[in-house]
Amino acid sequence: MLAKGIEDAPPHRGESSAPVLSLTGISKSFPGVKALSGVALDLYPGEVTALVGENGAGKSTIVKILTGIYQPDDGQIRINGEPVVFPTAQDAGSAGVTAIHQETVLFDDLSVAENIFIGHAPKTRLGLIDRKEMVRKAKALLDRIGAQIDPGVTLRDLGIANKHLVAIARALSIDARIVIMDEPTASLSHKEIEETYELVERLKADGKAILFISHKFDEIFRIADRYTVFRDGEMVGAGKIAEVGERELVKLMVGRSVDQVFPKRTPQLGEEVLKVVGYSHPTEFEDIGFTLRAGEILGFYGLVGAGRSEFMQALFGITKPSKGAIRIDGRVAVTRTPNEAIGHGIVYVPEDRGRQGVIKGLPIFQNVSLPSLKQTSRNGFLRLAEEFTLARDYTQRLDLRAAALDQDIGELSGGNQQKVVIAKWLATKPRVIILDEPTKGIDIGSKAAVHEFMAELAAGGLAVIMVSSEIPEILGMSDRVIVMREGRIAAEYEGADLTPEHLVRAAAGITEVRT
Amino acid sequence: MIRLLFKSREAILGAAILVLVAAIASRFPAFVAPSNLANVFNDTAPLIILALGQMVVILTRCIDLSVAANLALTGMAVAMLNTVMPGLPIPFILLVALCLGALMGLVNGLLVWKLDIPPIVVTLGTMTIYRGIIFVISGGEWINAHEMSDTFKAFPRAALFGLPVLSWIAIAVAAGFAVLVGRTPLGRTFFAVGGNPHAAVYTGIDVGRAQCAAYVLSGALAGLTGYLWVARYAVAYVDIAAGFELEVVAACVIGGISIAGGIGSVGGALLGALFLGIVKNALPVIHISPFWQLAISGSAIIIAVAFNATSSRTKGRVILKKAEHAL
Repeated sequence: MLAKGIEDAPPHRGESSAPVLSLTGISKSFPGVKALSGVALDLYPGEVTALVGENGAGKSTIVKILTGIYQPDDGQIRINGEPVVFPTAQDAGSAGVTAIHQETVLFDDLSVAENIFIGHAPKTRLGLIDRKEMVRKAKALLDRIGAQIDPGVTLRDLGIANKHLVAIARALSIDARIVIMDEPTASLSHKEIEETYELVERLKADGKAILFISHKFDEIFRIADRYTVFRDGEMVGAGKIAEVGERELVKLMVGRSVDQVFPKRTPQLGEEVLKVVGYSHPTEFEDIGFTLRAGEILGFYGLVGAGRSEFMQALFGITKPSKGAIRIDGRVAVTRTPNEAIGHGIVYVPEDRGRQGVIKGLPIFQNVSLPSLKQTSRNGFLRLAEEFTLARDYTQRLDLRAAALDQDIGELSGGNQQKVVIAKWLATKPRVIILDEPTKGIDIGSKAAVHEFMAELAAGGLAVIMVSSEIPEILGMSDRVIVMREGRIAAEYEGADLTPEHLVRAAAGITEVRT
Repeated sequence: MIRLLFKSREAILGAAILVLVAAIASRFPAFVAPSNLANVFNDTAPLIILALGQMVVILTRCIDLSVAANLALTGMAVAMLNTVMPGLPIPFILLVALCLGALMGLVNGLLVWKLDIPPIVVTLGTMTIYRGIIFVISGGEWINAHEMSDTFKAFPRAALFGLPVLSWIAIAVAAGFAVLVGRTPLGRTFFAVGGNPHAAVYTGIDVGRAQCAAYVLSGALAGLTGYLWVARYAVAYVDIAAGFELEVVAACVIGGISIAGGIGSVGGALLGALFLGIVKNALPVIHISPFWQLAISGSAIIIAVAFNATSSRTKGRVILKKAEHAL
């Protein structure tokens, strides 16, 4: 605390306090994507600042910059007016910044006390860890946040909410002044959520500056003191929560300049292809039902964790539903394995392209032909020439940019890899194609190509399901949109009802304000 | 690019073998006499056969440590069968050896597939079990040359176009595996499963089933080698080929088959086995203690792995780029 009052007078003189952490002009680019451009963010001691924005607005990027995982290309971070840099996560930690994620990074097989004090455990005179003292201190810290957890139990045995408490106790033990909570209530029960709110109040009373990232408007209005809204990597609004309404906040989030052009389509709806009735899963989703016609693009919107991908995986046979039925062309279809789903003409382009989509080490044409080997081989032997022709036909349609088809797929850009994955499925001549976040993390040019191609597919009579968390994409591409929230269908919109406000409200569960 | 690189990786290994042979020949020309080279190849044949089986297992991100125990158990079983029924024709003996070996491979495969136990644990366990069974069925007794029938012992040594049958079998297995791995859907599946098991699942491939198939292949080859081994050396006992599984895995690693799965070739496995075979056979010729053989093959493994690690660095960069993309 080397106060240097001479040069940097706190900027908000008239206010209750000066920000403990202040970001100015922060920019960050990734190849092909500008994640943040010149954003500002202030956090005040003893106050909760809600960070609001759609998926892809740059919230995670700013958290990673604050915790030293990414380095900003430009801009400044100040703590108590002093410029700081966080070259590593450790530097951020010792500067008093700590983050509590949805998937808290703790050690499952260590005890609660060990988790709290790992790296700075109290020592005996001999330099060994003083277990007794550690447990005593852990108990004190847990008491301070009102957590009733035995410091001796193994972390694995705790629920998510209690793990968060341990993470917070750890933050207190290293005297963190700035606590980032990234959707802390996303996977908690009602009671646990209440406890989390109490905890936030305690941290506030303790003088911590809290950055609270959430998609849930009710909790933002309940616990936040200030808000900052990001949209497309820019800071579009900030202020006191008492001076803003839900409507304004939603508007700030979604109101955008139209910078993306989507292909114009006049949907030619054909026969009903897919009908899903009462699809349920013990833990992930319940009672999902809808119909899909040939030539239609059906959008699935919702917050992360709303159960959209989980439902699609069940539809594709990766996981098993507990109830429900599917009909394809009016006939009951059972999809217990992906192979059966493919047999029924349902294919799935997964969200996590790197992990679930491409097979690195295999050349492009073999990635494409993999599910079609039965067609391309004869008498149990592969025919490479056939595979090559198949791959060439389908990748050409997608305008794939690759040096050669026997190139390793790992050398392609994300957008081109996605084209290969889509080509792979088209080669199986499906009836229904499910695209899960088809343009996530790919460059603008490839995005447009994927959109255009999606339109072409629909025009060609394929039934398309598109899961997307990007509102412009959902609005620009879908004929009809189903909004999921907490594992259930929250709403369905088409035509004039298909507005950004409707989608955001349905996804966040806002009902009280009329449009 | 990477593919080209890894083709050239085999070329590099091939060149290393040639240099090695040339160096030995410069001092002991007799080593490169065709008849001696044929002997070296014949001596290496069991290693080649097992390395090919191990290769498909490693391709699917698994490992089979039970091959040597499988070999020894099958060898003992067919030797005992021969003592009881000396008149059984050789094709029948071969069939029994293949089936018995495949059965043991199937046990490994099913444990990995259905119970989802880590492959190294499964095969470490079955390795000990299979060895134990040899002791149980033989009572710890040896079966010596005079107890085996002549046809039983003669088969692997019989000369055919100037090479013993054992060598021809290794060549046939290599040719068969080249077709299997490069030209059949199952072979392609091995690469897909090892390259990215998650993506393989999303492509409709049953990963466990493919891994099980690889274990059956590896087991069948171990069984086949079991008979050939016992017949060639005309002796069967509990500790036959003890520790040989490590030599097999070493041959694969030297041959550029990635322990992480998805990368490898028949040529690589073949050259890796040949490299070890030549080192093993050349050392006595040039009067270097066989104990050095261990150090030399150990160094070869480390050099091979270090080489593979540096050449796949470009891959690492691609992964990083992807991580950055996922904002």
